[in-house]
Amino acid sequence: MSGRYSDTRQMAPVAVKIVISGGFGVGKTTFVGAISEIEPLVTEAEMTEKSIGIDDTSAVANKTTTTVALDFGRITLDDALLLYLFGTPGQDRFAFLWDDLVDGALGAIVLVDTRRVEDCFPAIDYFEEHEIPFIIGVNTFDYALRFDLEEVRDALGVDPDVPLVECDARDRESVKRVLVALTEEVLNKRLSRERAGSAW
Amino acid sequence: MFPYAGARPAAPADYRPVSSSPESDEDPIVRPFMITGGRTRPLQDGLRIETLLRAAPAALSAPLRFESRRIVELCQQSMSVADLSVALRVPLGVARVIIADLITQDYLRVEEQPNELSTALIERIRDRVRAL
Repeated sequence: MSGRYSDTRQMAPVAVKIVISGGFGVGKTTFVGAISEIEPLVTEAEMTEKSIGIDDTSAVANKTTTTVALDFGRITLDDALLLYLFGTPGQDRFAFLWDDLVDGALGAIVLVDTRRVEDCFPAIDYFEEHEIPFIIGVNTFDYALRFDLEEVRDALGVDPDVPLVECDARDRESVKRVLVALTEEVLNKRLSRERAGSAW
Repeated sequence: MFPYAGARPAAPADYRPVSSSPESDEDPIVRPFMITGGRTRPLQDGLRIETLLRAAPAALSAPLRFESRRIVELCQQSMSVADLSVALRVPLGVARVIIADLITQDYLRVEEQPNELSTALIERIRDRVRAL
């Protein structure tokens, strides 16, 4: 990111976004923090129309905001390629943020806690519906509760072609493997799409 | 509930709604959008959280108020909406409004991105991540 980009627009760095999703407390923050070069946090303000009756100093007197913290990570892959990781908020009341977070994403990683697999159903539904390439990272933080990946697949009810990978969100190497697995899935999806497109 | 709370005590929860009450919190309820004059909608659509922005060097000498000036300074290198939001300590929605104003005034421009990432670029991402 040096000055040489200032006069050649086609040399602008490319920013790529990957979305990290899953239920509350599944390890999204840990996952992003394991690989990000910055503190994994950004905020968004939720506007509500409720009157709070105490503000008389601004034009938003009858609006209130609630701040929500989002997981946010950045990885500089080279001087012209930036990878951003964003965690989706797990709570329904912040669902309005999802479209904005997911729009334009390369793909998504859905983290699953085997003790509460159902927590990730909304995320899986969302990515299936929006045709976003995604893989499932089965968090292996509690070895006593490890399941066979195929058992987890059955419990999730996802297509056999959706990749499931083991993931220890605390471990940078594990997080790297999950990210690599997602890029492979994106490439596979593209390849099969091209094949389908060229068939006659 | 929080499997990693012990491993990373400083880490925030997945999300952390802050229902501020004015007397108990240093971040009062209505402050975020005060610096935008109460506007919550950016003049320009399509600013994603990862959208990269860049300022013209000439913008440094423009008469801009605090947040706008800071953005122009930071954007002497490419900076994303999310990065700017963090640097300014404002919510994304607030950053978007100020950024959109600066684009409208020609102080900032959006770094053009490919319409679709090439296979070669995705392979580059994969290889670079692997090599981290």
